[in-house]
Amino acid sequence: MTERLLIRGGRVIDPAAGRDEIADLLLEDGVVADREEKDFGDAEIFDASGLYVFPGFIDLHVHLREPGREYAETIATGLAAAAAGGFTAVCAMPNTEPVNDSRAISEYISAKARGVAGTRLYPIGAITKGQRGEELAEFGEMRVAGAVAVSDDGRWLSDGSLLRHAFEHARLFGIPVVQHAEDPTLSHGAPMHEGAVSTRLGLDGQPAIAETAAVARDLLIAEISKGRLHVAHVSTARTVKLVGEARSRGIAVTCEVTPHHLILTDEEVGRLNFSTHAKVNPPLREPEDQEALVAALADGTIDAIATDHAPHHEDEKSVDFDTAPFGIVGLETALALVHDRLVVSGRLSLTRFAEVFSASPARAFRLPGGTLAPGSPGDVTLFDPRRRWRVEAARFLSLSRNTPFEGWELEGAPAGTIVEGRIVWRRGER
Amino acid sequence: MLSIGRREMKKVPALRGRMIVNLFFEASTRTRFSFETAQKWLSADSLNFAAKGSSVEKGESLLDTARNLQAMSPDLIVIRHGTAGVPHFLARNLKAGVVNAGDGAHEHPTQALLDALTVRRHFGRLSELTVAITGDILHSRVVRSNIWLLTKMGAKVRVCGPPTLLPPRIAEMGVEATTDFDAALEDADVVMMLRMQLERQGSSFFPSTREYFKRYGLTAARLARARSHAVVLHPGPMNRGVEISSEVADSPRSLILEQVSNGVAVRMAVLYLLLTGHPWEGDA
Repeated sequence: MTERLLIRGGRVIDPAAGRDEIADLLLEDGVVADREEKDFGDAEIFDASGLYVFPGFIDLHVHLREPGREYAETIATGLAAAAAGGFTAVCAMPNTEPVNDSRAISEYISAKARGVAGTRLYPIGAITKGQRGEELAEFGEMRVAGAVAVSDDGRWLSDGSLLRHAFEHARLFGIPVVQHAEDPTLSHGAPMHEGAVSTRLGLDGQPAIAETAAVARDLLIAEISKGRLHVAHVSTARTVKLVGEARSRGIAVTCEVTPHHLILTDEEVGRLNFSTHAKVNPPLREPEDQEALVAALADGTIDAIATDHAPHHEDEKSVDFDTAPFGIVGLETALALVHDRLVVSGRLSLTRFAEVFSASPARAFRLPGGTLAPGSPGDVTLFDPRRRWRVEAARFLSLSRNTPFEGWELEGAPAGTIVEGRIVWRRGER
Repeated sequence: MLSIGRREMKKVPALRGRMIVNLFFEASTRTRFSFETAQKWLSADSLNFAAKGSSVEKGESLLDTARNLQAMSPDLIVIRHGTAGVPHFLARNLKAGVVNAGDGAHEHPTQALLDALTVRRHFGRLSELTVAITGDILHSRVVRSNIWLLTKMGAKVRVCGPPTLLPPRIAEMGVEATTDFDAALEDADVVMMLRMQLERQGSSFFPSTREYFKRYGLTAARLARARSHAVVLHPGPMNRGVEISSEVADSPRSLILEQVSNGVAVRMAVLYLLLTGHPWEGDA
């Protein structure tokens, strides 16, 4: 029997297809039906009047903590949070315990995700065994088990030759190498950005060039190895400038930015009186950086918004600022934050908003979806642009609550999440 | 408050029945004794906690330690910790009042108050004075608290240290910053020397104490560059022969021991104000 879901009367915004109109959208057997198809039959109906209907939103960078730290997040709770945040697919970083550096772990993660039957999960495999930066992991084996990219995540691969080999080897499988760009000899793991604020607060700072210098080197290596580089969570003005220049030289580079780097600055550490919820890596930067990131997102230099959803248990964050782990949870606030702060204020067009969460990340990692063209996966994000709400971490579906946005009043919220033609999450009575 | 220390009977009943916990996670002689003395003279009951020898060594978290102390219903907690921001963290989590006795390289407010009191008692004012603060600015909480207080009171503040120990953009706190010690001393009314925090520094900040003393050590000859009435302060503990020579430290122009006496009075004032909510009405 054919399964049909009719999303009725919403504003369909599909930048990849150049489409923005009030229309009905029919999903049939998990894919987008032909637009001429008018036989809705016994289709289930989702009333989308007043809502935006986007191609399913994709988050290229999350940490789901399973296996190993299930007290902070599991694949099930992480995917539930993703669905409630409006994401139809997420890419999970390999810094689990054990590290996802093998086909077996990738398969374990993929199997757990299938059991959830909600938001799609694409594993990211480690570049090197154990993320130790010494020998390459088996990219091909992990690819078979669903891995869509490789990364040593929080550990910048500093060995230049090894990175070159990683780029070259990854070409065999058509996957990008994702680098968390941070030269540790410059950053020293300092808990915040180095600048006037760190000086005032007496905290060690990591200079912006700890990121930029690492990106500069990575770009040069990507160039000679003809590799595909994806720069995780860019945070400085000079980094995006470098990425833009490299792309115009023909280097295959993409990059992402997080909502928190688009919206907050290092002043937040002082404003929140050293709350460890403002401790994140890369650290929150300066207003000039923030402006440059917003501009680069709007003009296409930055490809995608990714949350870097990094759950930590309250006990881990309830310590002093130096000791606390880096990280912010982002899945359940990302869309609303970006909509409220950038779209409503007119700094980011609605089309670009749709693109940086769908078509553009899909292209960066060559994932299915990113469009609502007929025959595409039936992944849809429904968004209510008028809903006003207040961030209350206690109500998150994520197991962790580490957000600096507690109490923020936001305009716009996810209304429903559809994966492969099935509603995996919808907002309760409005 | 100062006069209580000169009495034969050094005790007033002002804070009788109040309980104060001194929670020291970092080594301290002066500040801890100073707070304790202030508490004793005001008749408060105090408990001293030192991380060494406590359950912290058994892995108890900062939050649990604090909550356990809270369960004993102290009125005030005086905290010294190696990380910036810990007093804020405690204040968010505890009912007791929190007094910062030094947090990382962030602030040391009672030190700045006692420095200001010492200078004001000597010159009769703080405004229009030029204060040169020299040494390890990067790691110093004393300098940050002094910048807030002294600039607020109308003093001109210069900070001076080697390039590796001058934090970036310190000038944005409203001070002049220089690496030239002689220039910093020019026309200074107050010369405040900071301790080289050897325990916080790796070797990459300065190659040797000998090289440091040559450039930034305060000698009598150097002090001659400041105004003839200039006085010398140091928050202690001093490294003689590193940032200050003994001839200066022990000279009549040194107010270093007076700072210590004033420290007790300032801490009495802080405790009294915070616990009673009104200013002291006895003689100052």
